[in-house]
Amino acid sequence: MQISEAWLREYVNPVISTEELVAQLTMAGLEVDSVTPVAAMFSGVVVGEVLSMAQHPDADRLRVCQVAVGATEPLQIVCGASNVRVGLKIPAALGGAVLPGDFKIKRSKLRGVESFGMLCSEKELGLAADANGLMELAADAPVGVDIREYLSLNDVIIEVDLTPNRADCLSVEGLAREVAVLNQMDWSPTKVEAVEIAHRDMLEVSVEDTAACPRYLGRLIKNVNTKAVTPLWMQERLRRSGLRSLGALVDVTNYVLIELGQPLHAFDADKLQGGITVRWAKMDEGLALLNGQHIKLDSNALVIADELQVLALAGIMGGLDSAVSDVTQNIFLECAFFAPQSIAGKARSVGLHTDSSHRFERGVDATLQARALERATQLIVAIAGGSVGITAEVTTDAALPQRTAVLLRKLRLEKTLGMAIADEQVVDIFQRLGMSVECQTDNWLVTPPGSRFDIAIEADLIEEIARIYGYNKLPSSSLLMRSELSPATETVLDINRVADLLVDRGYQEAITYSFVDEDIQLAIAPNDDVIRLKNPISSELSVMRTTLWCGLLKAALYNTNRQQQRVRLFETGLRFVKQDGTICQQKMLAGLVLGSAYPEQWGEKSRKVDFFDMKADVQSMFVLTGIVAQFSAAKHSALHPGQTAEILLPTGEKIGWIGMLHPILEKQLGFDTQVFLFELDQQVLLNKRFSKFKPLSKYPSVRRDLALIVKEDIAACDVISCIKSSNEPTLKDVVIFDIYRGKGVEEGCKSIGLSLHLQNDIQTLTDSEIDAILHRVLEKLTNEISARLRD
Amino acid sequence: MSAILEEILEQGLQELAQVNELSQLDQVRVQYLGKKGLFTLQMKELAVLDPEQRRSVGQVINQAKEQFQQQLQFRKNTLEQAALEARLVNERIDISLPGRGQVVACLHPVTTTLRRISKIFASVGFKVVEGPEIEDDYHNFEALNIPAHHPARAMHDTFYFDAHTVLRTHTSPVQIRVMESETPPLKVIAPGRVYRCDSDITHTPMFHQVEGFLVDTDVSFADLKGVVYEFLRAFFEKDIQVRFRPSYFPFTEPSAEVDIECVMCNGEGCRVCSQTGWLEVMGCGMIHPEVFKAVNIDSECYSGFAFGMGVERLAMLRYGINDLRLFFENDLKFLEQFN
Repeated sequence: MQISEAWLREYVNPVISTEELVAQLTMAGLEVDSVTPVAAMFSGVVVGEVLSMAQHPDADRLRVCQVAVGATEPLQIVCGASNVRVGLKIPAALGGAVLPGDFKIKRSKLRGVESFGMLCSEKELGLAADANGLMELAADAPVGVDIREYLSLNDVIIEVDLTPNRADCLSVEGLAREVAVLNQMDWSPTKVEAVEIAHRDMLEVSVEDTAACPRYLGRLIKNVNTKAVTPLWMQERLRRSGLRSLGALVDVTNYVLIELGQPLHAFDADKLQGGITVRWAKMDEGLALLNGQHIKLDSNALVIADELQVLALAGIMGGLDSAVSDVTQNIFLECAFFAPQSIAGKARSVGLHTDSSHRFERGVDATLQARALERATQLIVAIAGGSVGITAEVTTDAALPQRTAVLLRKLRLEKTLGMAIADEQVVDIFQRLGMSVECQTDNWLVTPPGSRFDIAIEADLIEEIARIYGYNKLPSSSLLMRSELSPATETVLDINRVADLLVDRGYQEAITYSFVDEDIQLAIAPNDDVIRLKNPISSELSVMRTTLWCGLLKAALYNTNRQQQRVRLFETGLRFVKQDGTICQQKMLAGLVLGSAYPEQWGEKSRKVDFFDMKADVQSMFVLTGIVAQFSAAKHSALHPGQTAEILLPTGEKIGWIGMLHPILEKQLGFDTQVFLFELDQQVLLNKRFSKFKPLSKYPSVRRDLALIVKEDIAACDVISCIKSSNEPTLKDVVIFDIYRGKGVEEGCKSIGLSLHLQNDIQTLTDSEIDAILHRVLEKLTNEISARLRD
Repeated sequence: MSAILEEILEQGLQELAQVNELSQLDQVRVQYLGKKGLFTLQMKELAVLDPEQRRSVGQVINQAKEQFQQQLQFRKNTLEQAALEARLVNERIDISLPGRGQVVACLHPVTTTLRRISKIFASVGFKVVEGPEIEDDYHNFEALNIPAHHPARAMHDTFYFDAHTVLRTHTSPVQIRVMESETPPLKVIAPGRVYRCDSDITHTPMFHQVEGFLVDTDVSFADLKGVVYEFLRAFFEKDIQVRFRPSYFPFTEPSAEVDIECVMCNGEGCRVCSQTGWLEVMGCGMIHPEVFKAVNIDSECYSGFAFGMGVERLAMLRYGINDLRLFFENDLKFLEQFN
């Protein structure tokens, strides 16, 4: 909503500056977005009148004009505009004038003829982006008067960003009421006098759904002069409200829309057949709209129709066929109240948003129609003449929005605001807001005006009091409230702890979009059932990620494309998959590394990061949770088949994956180095073992090293679990310290160097006991995995 | 002292003086004090003397031996000191060389900001709760008093999956989910990702919000003001100017926008605050009775307030970040700045 400050001040004119007025509106909840001068700065331009005109002797397109500018002698001004003519009133820039853009007007010679000023177009005065010839002023414009004064250009356009509940302020009158309340001033609405009725012809109006259209008024105005020019003052006010002049009839309806907040529509009466019906459209009925758009309707569209066809989309936009034009003689002027819910969403569904739909959706004052119709009629007659007919009206009182009284308890007001406000002040605020107040002992019974659709419950009234009283004058208290001690669980690890661990291990946290490129998603997890957005912002952000790897890979590429040789990233967040038709939102933790294992540094040989570097990072998380996770060789569509592990709990529950990005994907995505990835299910990962104390053994621990030869296909974990399954009570730990292949070990086999750590809790182990344990363990290794001692 | 003993001592002391290394020193020690050492032999010769003589000669030998031992100890100390000094010189390093090993990275500034917000509220007993990001229409809109076709829906450019399933446009649905399942008193903070179908210089289709709400008996607008003031001052670590402006949210009444004095220009007016001196940082209000109705909480017994803030906005103001889009490009040069 934008309006001219000068127009607003015609209703209520507090003695405060523009800045103060704007601040007042903003702090009352009517946020002012911008304040723009209506015209760029210029000076020295007055109303001029072309007294006479002669052809320039040496230039076909130039005229030499004598222009009255209020001085004793007319000025000679050479002009090239095509619309210059004798008797025309125009803005005339005098010698010494400064036009927008610091353009100084000086006496000069144009092809040998002296010119003492310049006749101006709207563009030259900065009033319009474009102009077609000189700006034509009204015939009664007073010659010699400063044009800024005449056009009241010392004015600003105030743009108010109204919240959807404040439809009552979508008009000059509505804003005037607010300004009056805020300054405790009186204001009076536009006076509207009934127009003389000249004939009794009317169109029959019928309303099929009175709930959707509780009130419909219309009247015939005959013999209007559609060629009449909209008066400049009206054009200017419309312009300052952001509306272009579109001919006198449309201008009047727009003017009343801005002035009172009531949308109206004028039909060319001669293009209508029979009576007017307000009804729901039939399936597939068509309508060509004023903006040239052709739409197909369905039964959700409320329309205005005649006997033959649909004429307009009710409360949204008129139709092209019945629109007023240059040749219109008689008009049918419509002024209705449509219920908000019958209009809401309808404009949007056909891709429209109009000043009319904006207001009807939010609620137009249902008591306003007769006054608005009279006001528009009055203005039409004044500008374009015409003989006015009687009003046809269909009103269903029961369907009109009822303004029921709302109870406000004094105690509730005080409790909600944390302070008491004087009764008189409360009553005064309500009354100035146009509400009627009935005072009771402990309550007020408040009935809002027709313009206020947002006052339905007690809380709404409390807000009004708070708003006008001033939010910043209300008290602020230090919070005293019931508190409970919060638990500090030790069975679930805080994800923040894991994030900190990764950060400490050199992983940078990333946050990537939850929606990803379907191609990448498909390449990484072709078997996942993806969830697709209906209205994605782009094809690159069209499906929900089923793995956090999509975003991390993209982020890594972003960095490798910017000369980063080493990337370590992690992210926490949801993955989204469809499982058995239902949407599953799973909290994940994922990481990515590429490049060297350590940052480039002196004293250490640089090497590429590998599976085991990342495995150590993943295992460090399990140290935090105390869970013994198992890494089991597996296959994953995104990972290298020889370097992939599925990570499981001892119970077999799946935690996630770790592995090298498949070389095919590595190439396809545009990496030129190996990429390692992990992804874990947070819920499973964060289960923490509760620590329990075990007494310390007082007896020395013993280490015995073994070098075992096993077949290549025997995994390290097989060896370890074989040893552990011996259930030797004194065996505390098994550590692999070497893997060897080559000389001394036959082809197809490897040597595993490992140490057994033994300790007895009740006595020192003797050599013979140790030998016996080793013997039993070796026997088991030989029997179960055909391991033998290396010679 | 016999001439022999004198000679032995003289010679011994001389040898000690010539020794330059600790290992040599030990050889000399053995040569004089070992089992077959020169002093030891002297002592052995005492056996042939009568007891009277044995004592007096023995004393003399012991004195000589002691003198030798003192000198030996002195030499040992000197040589050890020299050896230590040599080692210290030898082991000198250029301590200006950088340390080795893995480097520490840092958290995303959004996470850091979220953690700070949560910490501030947790300190007075707010509990952190998260909710689903794919949300149903009921929790995202209906229960929050935003029925279908409500003009407020136009303020949320919503991503849809189907007519009833959306990406949550705000964290407010968590409010509904908590109130559905728990009974007052409630003090909750709900941080998380939210989504709007909008992308330009000042909008990303995904961003973060923190929703907070408190429900108890006798909660007033004054309490809301107090919490918001205190939070903003704690967050910016500064006694910052705060103002409340009436506004509209379907799920609160009364509703307010909260502005702070511009932290870039201290309220003087700059590009960031569009010359107003104020920055809008959060929306808040008293929970709307319709919302309480939707979750079966009696608004006659209980009242509450709710607030919501944009995390990126707060992070931008806090760290002086000038482009929203940087948050999701994940450029290491950006991310590495926030530890």
